[in-house]
Amino acid sequence: MPPIPNGVPMSFYLGLSAILFVIGVAGFVFRRNIITVFMCIELMLNAVNLSFVTFANYHKQVSGHIFTFFVMVVAAAEAAVGLAIILTVFKNRSTLNIDEVDSLKN
Amino acid sequence: MHLWLIPALPFVGFLINGVFGRKFPKTLINLIAVASVALSFALVMNVFLNGGDLAAKPLHAHYFTWMKSGAFQVGWNFTVDKLTMIMLLIVTGVGSLIHIYATGYMAHEEGYYRFFAHLNLFMFFMLTLVLAGNYLLLFVGWEGVGLCSYLLIGFYFVKHSATTAGNKAFIVNRIGDFGFSLAMFLITITFGSLDFGKVLPAAAGKPTATLTAIALLLLVGACGKSAQFPLYVWLPDAMEGPTPVSALIHAATMVTAGVYMITRSAPIFIHAPAAMETVAMIGLFTAVFAATIGLAQYDIKKVFAYSTVSQLGYMFLGVGVGAFSAGVWHLMTHAFFKALLFLGAGSVIHACHGEQDMRHMGGLKKYAPWTCLVLACASLAISGFPFTSGFYSKDAILGAAYAHAPWMYWVGVVTAGMTAFYVWRAFWMTFWGDYKGHGHPHESDWVMLGPLVVLAVLSIVGGFVFNVPQILSGMFPIKEATDTGGPGETVLTGISVAFGLGGILLSYLFYVVNKDIPEKITSALGGVYTLVYNKYFVDEAYDAAIVQPLVQGSETVLWKVADAGIIDGIVNGAGTQSQGIGSVLRLLQSGNIRSYATWVLIGAVVLIVAMSAAGGVR
Repeated sequence: MPPIPNGVPMSFYLGLSAILFVIGVAGFVFRRNIITVFMCIELMLNAVNLSFVTFANYHKQVSGHIFTFFVMVVAAAEAAVGLAIILTVFKNRSTLNIDEVDSLKN
Repeated sequence: MHLWLIPALPFVGFLINGVFGRKFPKTLINLIAVASVALSFALVMNVFLNGGDLAAKPLHAHYFTWMKSGAFQVGWNFTVDKLTMIMLLIVTGVGSLIHIYATGYMAHEEGYYRFFAHLNLFMFFMLTLVLAGNYLLLFVGWEGVGLCSYLLIGFYFVKHSATTAGNKAFIVNRIGDFGFSLAMFLITITFGSLDFGKVLPAAAGKPTATLTAIALLLLVGACGKSAQFPLYVWLPDAMEGPTPVSALIHAATMVTAGVYMITRSAPIFIHAPAAMETVAMIGLFTAVFAATIGLAQYDIKKVFAYSTVSQLGYMFLGVGVGAFSAGVWHLMTHAFFKALLFLGAGSVIHACHGEQDMRHMGGLKKYAPWTCLVLACASLAISGFPFTSGFYSKDAILGAAYAHAPWMYWVGVVTAGMTAFYVWRAFWMTFWGDYKGHGHPHESDWVMLGPLVVLAVLSIVGGFVFNVPQILSGMFPIKEATDTGGPGETVLTGISVAFGLGGILLSYLFYVVNKDIPEKITSALGGVYTLVYNKYFVDEAYDAAIVQPLVQGSETVLWKVADAGIIDGIVNGAGTQSQGIGSVLRLLQSGNIRSYATWVLIGAVVLIVAMSAAGGVR
């Protein structure tokens, strides 16, 4: 594996990215609070961002950086809309438990 | 010579009357229908008079190529030689007369415009059939006249018997057309063409077995269209149609198409002696068979219908023994006198207010003298009374039959006696004695009687004036009875005339002089009479042997096993199976968002593992 500036090997970045992603996934799957779930989604997005940036640096290509900006924009938009939805859900149902918000079933 | 105009005119008549006729007054419908056919007749006359020597130089016209596949080519081609000319004159001439008659006969019927539209369409197809320069175009006309026959038999479509009779005619003809189609395939394979001009001259060089197969298949087609045994059963039922239809389609023109087709294919038949023999046998058998049935019928149109079948049998006998021109001669004279018989019968039925049973007629000579006179002419002609038209043509056929095999002559002569008997039986029962029907009988008006008189004159002098064998001698050598020795022509003619006269006398004796005799004979014959009266139970036999098994088979096998069991089973099974699979898959749709996420995760992991196992992305 080629060296990376500051002497930190690339595998570290990718490993961190993987760990962050797994934490995100685990939180998404196991937590019941909608806000926590939402934060886990953000965590996964940032894990992916980290991989993008790592590879962009490695390949000396700018597209990875650009993609990261897109992801961040989407994440910001998503946060705005998602929090609005969560607020409305809480207003109407007085709960943030994800298992109780299942009125589309049946 | 614009040959295409000859069939095109009736077609235009059909289009105008068929599309706009509903709104037209009857006089306009009459004008269009009659004028289109009459003009077509005038065009035929023009070709006849100015067409030059058709024997030496037949007219050919190519309008467009219909289909082309490699070397094989079928065009919209018309050919006019002398045989075509005779057919054209018969079809347009008799057709015009019958159209005129029909304007009177159908005057008070519903669906007037529909009747004439279909009649004109029939003329178009019949003329196409006759003019066709290849087998496929002939087949177009052949099918077209079958369609019109179906439409016109079922003209009174509110009557159940009429619609079933139409269906019967159509379905029975399918069998014949099947044979015809196979014959055309075989011709295409053997000759590489369907043009008469290419096929017929090449027939001599082909193997006899192939030619026999072609000829027999053509014969199947001819048997269907020309109502020969065993496919004749549709023709008597076809009398459900209006009487002018019976006269035009089921006596004078369409049913003779089979005879025309065989005559046209003469070179093929000549080189297939076995097929010729079959034609003669079928013709002879049909002639006798139908004549015996005719003896015992009481419906006046049924009598003439069986008579038509019988006379067509004569024509088949004629062409079968090699006397093609004699067959065509009889075709022509038969068109005259049988059209007259039917139209006369129509006039009689009109006079008796729609009654068709001869037992409820009688004494009409007083009320309808002209009808009586013209029917007498027709009856004389069909009986072969000396110097009438039927005398010449029947004599020519019987003479040729004698030259071929004397026993055929004798059977033919006996049939001629029976023919004379049943036709005159109908005549006496209708016109002599006292009127036994209801209402007051009346004579038809002149729009109906006019064509009858013209046909009566033709029935009397037609054979003498138009000597068809002489006209066609260039195409078909004349067959004389005396060619092979045996008794002289005069003796043979004398015998057949004697049988004809004997039949007439016998019927006079039975139905005028001593009316008890027929009853005594029928009771003496007992079972035989029942057999004949019920037409040998042929319809019942067909019903039991073919129709019922088909119906039963369709019901038990095709419907209950194949359709309800297999096809519905597959369709329903597909539904049930999807339901079953769905009931399992439905469990995945829990509505629980975290379980979905788990599935997504599992899917992603599986994908990654699979891709790594496959060597990663390249």
